[in-house]
Amino acid sequence: MTKEKLVVIGNGMAPGKVLETLLEEAPDRYDIIIFNAETRVNYNRIMLSPVLTGESEFEEIVIHGDGWYIENNITLYKGHKIVEIDKTAKTVTSEHGVVQAYDKLVIATGSYPFIIPVPGHKLAGVLTFRDLDDVHAMMLAARRGGKAVVIGGGLLGLEAAAGLQIQGMDVTVLHLMPTLMERQLDESAGYLLEKELQSRGINIITKANTKEILGETKVEGVLLDDGTVLDATIVIMAVGIRPNLHLAKDSGFATERGILVDETMQTSDPDVFSVGECIQFDNRTYGLVAPLYDQAKVLGKKLAGKPTDPFVHSESATKLKVTGVNLFSAGDFASGDDRQEIVLRDAAKGVYKRLILQDDKIIGVVLYGETADGPWFYQMLKEGEDISEMRDSLIFGAAYAGGGGSDPLALVAGMSDGAEICGCNGVDKGTIVNAITKDGLCTLEEVRACTKASASCGSCSGLVEQLLALTLGDSFDASAVKPICGCSDLGHQDVRRMILSQELKSIPAIMQALEWKTSCGCAKCRPALNYYLVCAWPDEYVDDGFSRFINERVHANIQKDGTYSVIPRMWGGVTTPSELRAIADVADKFEISIVKVTGGQRIDLLGVKKEDLTAVWADLNDAGMVSGHAYAKGLRTVKTCVGTDWCRVATQDSTGLGIQLEKAMWGAWAPHKLKLAVSGCPRNCSESTCKDIGVICIDSGYELHFGGAAGMHIQGTQVLCTVGTEAEVKEHIFALTQMYREQADYLDRIYKWADKVGYDYIRSVIVEDAGARKAYSDKFLFSQTFMQDDPWKERVDGKEAHHFGAPLIPKKIAETV
Amino acid sequence: MADWYEVCGLEDVPLRGSRIVKTGEGCIALFRTADNDVFALDDKCPHKQGPLSQGIVHDRSVTCPLHGWVFSLETGQAQGADIGQVKTTPVRVIDGVVQIQLTENTAA
Repeated sequence: MTKEKLVVIGNGMAPGKVLETLLEEAPDRYDIIIFNAETRVNYNRIMLSPVLTGESEFEEIVIHGDGWYIENNITLYKGHKIVEIDKTAKTVTSEHGVVQAYDKLVIATGSYPFIIPVPGHKLAGVLTFRDLDDVHAMMLAARRGGKAVVIGGGLLGLEAAAGLQIQGMDVTVLHLMPTLMERQLDESAGYLLEKELQSRGINIITKANTKEILGETKVEGVLLDDGTVLDATIVIMAVGIRPNLHLAKDSGFATERGILVDETMQTSDPDVFSVGECIQFDNRTYGLVAPLYDQAKVLGKKLAGKPTDPFVHSESATKLKVTGVNLFSAGDFASGDDRQEIVLRDAAKGVYKRLILQDDKIIGVVLYGETADGPWFYQMLKEGEDISEMRDSLIFGAAYAGGGGSDPLALVAGMSDGAEICGCNGVDKGTIVNAITKDGLCTLEEVRACTKASASCGSCSGLVEQLLALTLGDSFDASAVKPICGCSDLGHQDVRRMILSQELKSIPAIMQALEWKTSCGCAKCRPALNYYLVCAWPDEYVDDGFSRFINERVHANIQKDGTYSVIPRMWGGVTTPSELRAIADVADKFEISIVKVTGGQRIDLLGVKKEDLTAVWADLNDAGMVSGHAYAKGLRTVKTCVGTDWCRVATQDSTGLGIQLEKAMWGAWAPHKLKLAVSGCPRNCSESTCKDIGVICIDSGYELHFGGAAGMHIQGTQVLCTVGTEAEVKEHIFALTQMYREQADYLDRIYKWADKVGYDYIRSVIVEDAGARKAYSDKFLFSQTFMQDDPWKERVDGKEAHHFGAPLIPKKIAETV
Repeated sequence: MADWYEVCGLEDVPLRGSRIVKTGEGCIALFRTADNDVFALDDKCPHKQGPLSQGIVHDRSVTCPLHGWVFSLETGQAQGADIGQVKTTPVRVIDGVVQIQLTENTAA
């Protein structure tokens, strides 16, 4: 029987939740096909603010990685915008011409940022704050410094403003209304927020009406109605969102401000549904995540053919994700004759709390400065609880009303089991406590993995930790360092310290001395320990191959089909006709499937069978080539441009210097991969500024850079210092490398390590302390004397032959069972 | 009907390491743990067919080299949050020789 086809247009958080619910309820019911106009997997859009401030990275906010779609047999078209829905033929057509039939269709086209159509709104430098591209554009602009004007003093605008200010820009917020966030805050709280942001150096102008964005081709300034002119290099429009309903409207669906849906999320066509920011329900449109998830759960169950409660509108709570600013609001807080309010102010502490009551029930909450009671009030608001009994002490929060005194845990203890802890994912207290006791959870990460609580915006992490403390008692320690893995309670740095102080020189010695909880560790701790030992005792420690990941164990890169890829070293990216001939001969002889040039200026032979590896290496060795360590947490490549030998603008011999560095540094293991580049001039053809360590040659010498990355995370380098000679370049780079090797947690690249210890601290050691620099550099060179035996040649000569032997063939023995 | 087949000497399988045995129905991975027990599992992770023989052996488990799924060597059951199972094959060591139990068709 063929399955019904479910086509989903859009891949944001709402359809993601629809599919999660559907797959839980009826995993095999549909063939699922998603069309996404963005070229990405589903990520947590509400966490873009911490990405902008640098507190999170994109990979941390991915909800469904590529693997999730494969595991669930979902076809995901990335970068495919749907341009037409044919309701009669029941097909959708993408702009690339893909026509897909559906039995059921979900339209989740979301919203787009509204751009005020003032003159100049199309100038380069006018940005919005909606997706990862916007965040990257802002971060790029911020790198050049200058002034930013944010139009809109709502949730998004203020988060953008705070992020840009942290990134070093001079920020002004323009807000049309008299107080900030007037939809979520009353005047008093809006005023406190304005004061707080002003004190951080963010300029705020309220009642500001933008007349024109000034500039020839790109933004130069903003002109206000009253004649004020503000200089600006970028303008962020954050004045609101509009449901993205054009596709649905053009295809003949009933729409008003959004796509009209009923309480089961059905559109005007019975086989077509819609969820998220694109819909209009009961004359309302939506922009916060909690109600979207409620809609998604309704639709997920409906698609699964399971009974479901209808979607009903409920008040959402709002929190501002700006570090250090605590505010919480929910419900309706306009004054009225039939309403009363309770207000608490503490001017010295900057605290303001206001509850709005009607008929002895809470209908609105505004908290500023101290928000811990927010979820407690919100729960009573949602449940319409009668508060007349505790009215006198209500404003002091759960601790007093619940009679628990001033113990902070009393707050969570006083909550009912049905109290919602995580608003984003709709997880209540009972579910979390139950998971902690039943599944034996003891860390925030575990609770996140099992219940999804605090897995979205993370603002309830504190509450979840309190629940852990409450449930587990003294055995929970929130301040504890993150352990290296489940086998130990010690963190990476503790382990590294004790390896040196107790002179632990083998993995079993570490596990014994540091009381490992497992007999021989796991795939997380063993590779880390093995590296720490290699680094600490280069002359004594015998590398443990079985504690290395397969690639480092067999010195080749495993591919998805179990074959390997082989990449020989090409010093500084320079090769010769005879090397190329040898590579060509190897490719012919071993029927290599594909020969590919890598991004690291060398050649990759893909599809090599494991039992052929040693023979392939032997031939490459004969032509004078050695392992490129393309599989190593260690020195990978030193990329170069052609330098003064050929280039008419180069200032130094970048190729020669690159080759010298690679020859000195190859074979060095490190906490993570280590990529270098040397560019012959500031045009930077070798892309030195996105490498772990980069050199840019200048007329007067060499500018040294460090801490770049260009993988999932993109980050430019910072300058270490400028030096005059090649010898100084080498000493600084060797010293920096050794300091990183000795100090970083396993699997942290230089930028992550530098973020933890501070770029300035690294400069103070490597640049300013000549004695320390020399000592680190000497230690690096000493270690290298043990590391530069070609691992390929060793294995061609028979080392660890059991890895490369042919498969065993079973031989029948006489006895029968 | 199932028969016992000799595959290699115990010492041919490295401690905390593995060897591959070829059978008519795909490869079997032979593992030897730190405390000297031998296990035989299909050399194929149920997730994306990763060769388990190439993974890291720890305690009585192996971690798949492709995406880090962990399997019990004793039961073949995926550990932690992942769900899946790898077929196990009976194995015994007699006089330092590793033997596995296969049916006639499988051995071919």
